[in-house]
Amino acid sequence: MPQVASSVCVPDPGETPPSGALEAERRAWMAVLARAAGEAIAARLADLPDLPSWHVLRGPESGLVMVRGRAGGGGLAFNLGEMTVTRCSVRLTSGQVGHAYVAGRDLRQAELAAAVDALLQVAALKPALARSVVAPLAAEQAVRRADEAGKAAATRVQFFALRTMR
Amino acid sequence: MSTASAVDLPGFAAPVDAAQRCFRAVLDAMAHPGRIRGMGGGLVAPYPLSPATAAVLLTLVDGDTQLWIDPGAAAARDWIAFHCGATSANSIESASFVLALSLPDLASLDLGSHERPEASATVILQVPTLGAGRHYRLVGPGLRQGGEVAVGGLPDRFTRDWAENHSLYPRGVDLLLCAGEVLAALPRSVAIEAL
Repeated sequence: MPQVASSVCVPDPGETPPSGALEAERRAWMAVLARAAGEAIAARLADLPDLPSWHVLRGPESGLVMVRGRAGGGGLAFNLGEMTVTRCSVRLTSGQVGHAYVAGRDLRQAELAAAVDALLQVAALKPALARSVVAPLAAEQAVRRADEAGKAAATRVQFFALRTMR
Repeated sequence: MSTASAVDLPGFAAPVDAAQRCFRAVLDAMAHPGRIRGMGGGLVAPYPLSPATAAVLLTLVDGDTQLWIDPGAAAARDWIAFHCGATSANSIESASFVLALSLPDLASLDLGSHERPEASATVILQVPTLGAGRHYRLVGPGLRQGGEVAVGGLPDRFTRDWAENHSLYPRGVDLLLCAGEVLAALPRSVAIEAL
């Protein structure tokens, strides 16, 4: 059984995001890793030789977070519901710390995502990792999203067309 | 080091089991004032905390408690923030938990009110030695024949300050003494006399 984490504070959507190129870049790769399955990350990592080892600082552990929403993006914040989240933090032997918060209960995904986050902060490893782990995963996710968007678009109802038919 | 505030050390290996065991140990220590018991064995604590101090923090402190951290323990601040999620108290007077490396002025802490005596502060005091050092006689609930505890590193003013704290009962602060991998508790109900 995964252990229940203490309640996790989710940043308010109204907060200003951290600025800077590194933050934006890190945010992008963390988002890709959070959406990738544990096996997919493991398979990509297996191709890379001689990665530094890491030890776990916290977790991986599962818990609930409250998801908040705003009607129309500008209304008052309300509690939409709780979702299961797994988090993990790891530290490389070289000192870099990586974090991951992923949806669901895949403990392996959380640990690998945190490890890759830490590995991507090592300048010498970053190009190889970005090329052979993050880029292919991002491409897969883009294809899947486009596929789903295409299926959804096919069911779209043109209300304007209905009105002109009368 | 990639970040200035790197957290180098993990917390409990099995957070739920270890925290429950440590909580039970704290309860037991409170029920038997002055009894020394093991705490935090196997935990690698961040400088300058001892394993017992770190284990008590991991067990008792979380995002809902206001923790005041001794300036001398500033090196462990990041570790505490990461593993406990504790909010820092603005002042020592408003803190519900006080992490101290030397005896603070007990009268300046949150002593609770007569309506809510349980809301008073708990002092987690790290001392150099427990079971060695100056001997103190203890009298109070939980001690049928009275007790004795040896603590190193407490200042001379301790017994005087404690007498004042004890006289406020049911108000007053509770003291958790931590050294190395052992812990002893001095609840507000106990009267202390130096030997």
